[in-house]
Amino acid sequence: MSSPTMFGPRAAVLPRTAGSSNVNGRKTTAAIIQGILFVATAFAILVLAALIWDITSAGVTWLSLDLLTNTSSRRAENAGLRPALLGTLWLIGLTAVFAFPVGIGAAVYLEEYAPVNRWTRLLKTNISNLAGVPSVVYGLLGLGVFVSLFAAGRTIVSGALTMALLILPVIIIASQEAIRAVPPSLRQAAFALGATRWQVARDHVIPTAMPGILTGIILSISRAIGETAPLLVVGAAAYVTFNPTGLTSRYTVLPMQIYEWARRPQQDFQDLAAAAIIVLLALLLMLNAIAIYLRQRFSNRVNW
Amino acid sequence: MGPSGDTIPANREHEFGEIPGSATGRGIAPITALGGRAPVNLDLSGHKSRGMQERIVGVLLWICGALSLLTTAGIIFVLFQQAFVFFQQIPITDFLFGTTWTALFKTPLYGVLPLVSGTLMITLIAMLVAIPLGLMSAIYLSEYAPNRAREILKPALELLAGIPTIVYGFFAVTFIRPDILVKIFPGIGPFSALSAGVAVGILTIPLVASLSEDSMRAVPRSLREGGYALGATKLEVSWQIVVPAAISGIIASFILAMSRAVGETMIVALAAGSKAQLTGNPLEPMQTMTGFIVQAFSGDMVVGTPPYLSLFAVGLLLFFITLALNLISQKVVGRFREAYE
Repeated sequence: MSSPTMFGPRAAVLPRTAGSSNVNGRKTTAAIIQGILFVATAFAILVLAALIWDITSAGVTWLSLDLLTNTSSRRAENAGLRPALLGTLWLIGLTAVFAFPVGIGAAVYLEEYAPVNRWTRLLKTNISNLAGVPSVVYGLLGLGVFVSLFAAGRTIVSGALTMALLILPVIIIASQEAIRAVPPSLRQAAFALGATRWQVARDHVIPTAMPGILTGIILSISRAIGETAPLLVVGAAAYVTFNPTGLTSRYTVLPMQIYEWARRPQQDFQDLAAAAIIVLLALLLMLNAIAIYLRQRFSNRVNW
Repeated sequence: MGPSGDTIPANREHEFGEIPGSATGRGIAPITALGGRAPVNLDLSGHKSRGMQERIVGVLLWICGALSLLTTAGIIFVLFQQAFVFFQQIPITDFLFGTTWTALFKTPLYGVLPLVSGTLMITLIAMLVAIPLGLMSAIYLSEYAPNRAREILKPALELLAGIPTIVYGFFAVTFIRPDILVKIFPGIGPFSALSAGVAVGILTIPLVASLSEDSMRAVPRSLREGGYALGATKLEVSWQIVVPAAISGIIASFILAMSRAVGETMIVALAAGSKAQLTGNPLEPMQTMTGFIVQAFSGDMVVGTPPYLSLFAVGLLLFFITLALNLISQKVVGRFREAYE
């Protein structure tokens, strides 16, 4: 930090403090504001702590193996999450199958293949706008196209297709960034050896960009797991007492079950919702740990 | 790996890719500049299928890219088509300017203004929470935080951003209202725009903080050092030099947060109530556009009826509002970006 010299604090570029030659006063203000800024930032931690306390204090006594293995029930003490857990696994697995190849393919196209012209610009603008469309609108799209037009009904496959469209922009944008970070020299070396464009992408660019792509993929999966609104619209059922059996089965998912329980007025169901939230958050935490692990592992492999 | 002869063993081919011919044998390997097109039909390797394979892959990747356009087209088509049928039954002026929304009642009225005002109210409250806290966090993280503080605060913000919205909804109903808001506003009901708005605000803090921080970090050091050399304190440098220099990114982050708040659904569905009313009192329950869509699907919906079609009209309005906000934020970034190089 600079102490005022003979040029003084009357710096012309700082009109709002011009004239306030009270150096100590200015320094005190700066220190106070620094404290306020710190508190504002730490507010995030405060909220996190309150949220975790709120949920565990309500839900922890309801955590049990029965919660994971029972089906939903009208009686809180018998109610469990099995159909919702299985539904989430089915839905997310299927979403991944639909979304990953297309998402990575689109990113490879945009970064490695697409010529610089209006068409490509249009694609890029379109993708960033799609990322900003509210998720409930994707629900309406799924309802109009998959449920009605393709007559797939209120089934897992409609839900997964809707979810795939929802997370596609996230995957594309993250993969694009990872691919862009691959140094051009790597591509040039491969081209110089006569590799074709696809060989360069398949054998060099994609493997090198893999840690970044994986991180993006897992983030998008986390988003999909927590998403409720679009599934509500395309017909995840609120009350399901059976396991999903296949692509055309009716289903529910974890956040849907949480919503259903949290809406009931009875305290027991409120607490049950909190317990289900603990399960959901644990699942998300696990996924993020995997993301960090994979990123470490893959990035150790490539040394420049 | 000098291609000095035809000596690359077949079992190592995967490491090098298929090396077309040998550079010494046939003279020209297809060298391309990065921006150019690979000469896919220049087949030097004797693999007849290579050009074909390249072309097929190229087309497949193109389809992947084009699919995103199809998604947008699908959204617009579905919303417009169903909304069009709706507006044949309910005049569009009644929809846009009507002040009573009772779509799920026995005698339905489809005036969307109460839903719009509910959305605006909750967005406003959310921004009152998210903009000051998010901006202050960004300034602290970008200008002040020592590394150790950053290492704790950044992940905390990221965690906050990764929590599903349904959890925030639950948090609003079971903590924010009973433990905080009731003590300040004893008149607050079990469902209110205020508790939903505060939760939505908390949800969008990380968005404002991280985008604003990014754009503040992009401000070159020399600008700050210029300020210090003139005797400015750290606060003066942050507030009068860095923030103005990064203003385009900061404002863009506000607008994106707004768009996020407008489209937020599950918090509102749990915490704001389901009473569509035109009121300026944030302690009252309100329904937003997204809240109505959720409420409608929580009950039985008969396809093709006016209440069902009204969902798409509301969805169309929602889509346009968020699209406009997103486009504005992109324009802001482009228009006011200061180029320092």
